[in-house]
Amino acid sequence: MKIMVAIKRVVDYAVKIRVKPDKTGVETQNVKMSMNPFCEIALEEALRIKESGLASEVVAVSMGTAQCVDTLRTGLAMGADRGIHVEATGALYPLSVAKLLKALVEVEKPGLLILGKQAIDDDCNQTGQMVAGLLGWPQGTFASKVVLDKENQVATVDREVDGGLETLSLDLPAVITTDLRLNQPRYATLPNIMKAKSKAIKKFTPQELNVEIKSDLEVVQVTEPPKRKAGVVVSSVDELLDKLKNEAHVI
Amino acid sequence: MQRLFAARSVCAAISTGKRHCASFSTALLFDDTQIQFKESVSQFAQQNIAPHAAKIDQTNYFPQEVNLWKLMGEFSLHGITAPEEYGGLGLGYLYHCIAMEEISRASGSVGLSYGAHSNLCINQLVRNGNPAQKQKYLPKLISGEHVGALAMSEPNAGSDVVSMKCKADRVDGGYVINGNKMWCTNGPVAQTLVVYAKTDVTAGSKGITAFIIEKGMPGFSTAQKLDKLGMRGSDTCELVFDNCFVPEENVLGQEGKGVYVMMSGLDLERLVLASGPLGLMQACLDVVLPYVRQREQFGRPIGEFQFIQGKIADMYTSLQSSRSYVYSVARDCDNGKVNPKVPLNLNFLFLAFLGYLYFFFFVPSIILQILVCLLIFEFYYIFSCLVIFNSFCKLKFIIIW
Repeated sequence: MKIMVAIKRVVDYAVKIRVKPDKTGVETQNVKMSMNPFCEIALEEALRIKESGLASEVVAVSMGTAQCVDTLRTGLAMGADRGIHVEATGALYPLSVAKLLKALVEVEKPGLLILGKQAIDDDCNQTGQMVAGLLGWPQGTFASKVVLDKENQVATVDREVDGGLETLSLDLPAVITTDLRLNQPRYATLPNIMKAKSKAIKKFTPQELNVEIKSDLEVVQVTEPPKRKAGVVVSSVDELLDKLKNEAHVI
Repeated sequence: MQRLFAARSVCAAISTGKRHCASFSTALLFDDTQIQFKESVSQFAQQNIAPHAAKIDQTNYFPQEVNLWKLMGEFSLHGITAPEEYGGLGLGYLYHCIAMEEISRASGSVGLSYGAHSNLCINQLVRNGNPAQKQKYLPKLISGEHVGALAMSEPNAGSDVVSMKCKADRVDGGYVINGNKMWCTNGPVAQTLVVYAKTDVTAGSKGITAFIIEKGMPGFSTAQKLDKLGMRGSDTCELVFDNCFVPEENVLGQEGKGVYVMMSGLDLERLVLASGPLGLMQACLDVVLPYVRQREQFGRPIGEFQFIQGKIADMYTSLQSSRSYVYSVARDCDNGKVNPKVPLNLNFLFLAFLGYLYFFFFVPSIILQILVCLLIFEFYYIFSCLVIFNSFCKLKFIIIW
């Protein structure tokens, strides 16, 4: 069985984010980029499934500009067998990504598609759900535990939901999105980094996949949240009530 | 979401004492694979070595609860220049310098011990050992199960190391070694040591032979561990040889040819160990850059004052220029252009090395340490000038150690 993992190149989590002066987005020039942490967890899960003998190949997919190849190389260094890069300039919103993933799934025919639950730059939490809908596949999102039964072609997924943990049984092929507590991603070991140089990365364009990239969304403005003001010590309950009513407008 | 992760990392940093890592430009120095390699070692070092750094310097011991040698061995850090058949990576000095820099960035003491183990011992065995010796010693050294060391200096033979007094007398089946070696890094913990001794006292430099010594050989013992002012935790001690029998097969290279083993090794050792101060300089920047943004005086962050900006610009410039030099020499070495005189210029970087040798942030006796390091700086500056002058004018060859 083949596993496909979608990974995204995002601003590194440790970087202090700055908004661009023209307010069209976040500053990404000369800023450290790395693999989305949830995508690392997704890739780690795929590698563990392969190492347990339940899968034969792990294919990493990334979409965007040419620099995505760096992120794919990291994925290959972690242990993925092959990489696929869909070259696309301009903004790629979740629906476009989902359509591209659907097209790739139809080419590669994996038994499992694993993604991170959301990207840390846009926090959309939509791509996994959309691609499952487009493919008509069952989905197990916010996975904190995944157990595969190859014989019966079933995946048992523990999901982290508001009320606690929910366990689902999914018939394969299925889509799984990973949550924080699923696993601890491995380092790319040094021998694997050297081996990754020789692993193949295949290029596709949206035209080759018959997908039109268009969006019904347009980012109008990006601004920083207002700076947090210092707290105020109130002298009486009446003053507190007055402030809650007239300043904070919460009652 | 970004803030969640940033908050997590800050909490982790506070609890483990991890320093925030400043990024830097390496665009022209490294290719993509080397950048990946550097980031991977950096991540490994920051997560596994940096948390122990302060305690190592305070207690003057490697941590008890985690075996750093084995950890580094599992991450394939020891045998970077060793052939793959013994468990190494089969890469060049550029990669070794990268690893040395990142490990020193996390902890200078660990970096020094690592350099002694992986370059002084392992690399010497790789370059001069015969297949039987390599097969016997390299696998355990590369996995981190055994620690390696090298000893050449003696109480009365430092810069003039060729005048060493440690003798190796020929006997049936091997040699008997008598004498002392001083300042042996990793001496207290090493299982495998490369030791130089005089097989022919009358022959000057041509009377030196290199031997492979094993811990436990009768007649070989280690004396007091040295309590150093800086680089604490990097175990250093005196070696004592009292009628220590070494079998024939433990001669490294050939009898009487030890000086070639030693000198050619020293050139490459200087290259790799020069990356140590690069890591230390980078570690300084890692601490300084966030600090000048946080620390406020006269109503502003001190990073807004020109004098501070000038200092930081100087720090950054000297780091980047040193880095460029080290890695271009490393690249030349890898391409086979080993000019024995060029690495000697890296003694300048050795100045920084020794300067930083006694530099550690959190110890109160920092003033004392700075004074000591300035003295050493001065001494070695003079010495290095002589060496560099000699390398260009081809006068009498002065050996530095």
